[in-house]
Amino acid sequence: MGLQAYLTLAAVVFCIGLFGVMTRRNTIGILLGIELMLNSVNINLVAFARYSGDVTGMVFTLFTICITVAEAAVGLALVILLFRVRRTVTADHLDLLKG
Amino acid sequence: MPETIAFYVFSAIAIGASALVIGQRNPMHSVLLLIASFGALAGLYIQLDAPFVAVAQIIIYAGAIMVLFLFVVMLLNAPQEDAAEWDRTHPLRQGVLARFGSLLALLLVVELVWALLGTSDVDRPVGEQAGAAGSVRALGKVLFTEYVFPFEATSVLILVAMVGAVVLARRESDES
Repeated sequence: MGLQAYLTLAAVVFCIGLFGVMTRRNTIGILLGIELMLNSVNINLVAFARYSGDVTGMVFTLFTICITVAEAAVGLALVILLFRVRRTVTADHLDLLKG
Repeated sequence: MPETIAFYVFSAIAIGASALVIGQRNPMHSVLLLIASFGALAGLYIQLDAPFVAVAQIIIYAGAIMVLFLFVVMLLNAPQEDAAEWDRTHPLRQGVLARFGSLLALLLVVELVWALLGTSDVDRPVGEQAGAAGSVRALGKVLFTEYVFPFEATSVLILVAMVGAVVLARRESDES
């Protein structure tokens, strides 16, 4: 397979994730969309690493995975906290900062 | 040729599962489908001669992060989104905003297609022969020499995130 096939796949997955972030109203659904977007970046990094013969891209993929762990942990802690304060995980109902 | 078939199979699973993740109203099903998507991506990483990344993907994403998500979904007992109510009240569904959003989506698609057509296609992997480039040995050598500082910084980042998550999710009554 050529490099372009992988880039196309990554673009499609990124768009699906972006659409999810935009349209889901469940906070957990939004976090899942973010995970999809981060994964599409990983596909690009690994594909470029393989097709340029440079291992740096794969190292960066590992960093991306580590940062995703941090993001998921903090994000889910925020969701739990929000649920405790507002008794809801629907993003539309979280308008605490609205005047 | 088997590689091509494997690519299409894994891609189809990844895209289909990802689309269903977004389409599902039940967060539990979304999380389980996301695991399937990550599994297919791990298969693609093996195709790309990156076995270590594939294993890390399975262990960390499908193993750790998704279990965390499942725990939270079960803990909160998150209700399903009501599809009809969702369609009626979604802010993106209202007149001007819907048209503006569609325009932006179209722009994004045009831009992505333009960018993808602009790349020069590389037909075959370059560099070392299959299996050598992404091996654990090659990866570890680079990770612990050239990128040792980012590596350590990442460990601090994860520690900070862990402490932050504990502080955020702690019950107020525990302080007394």
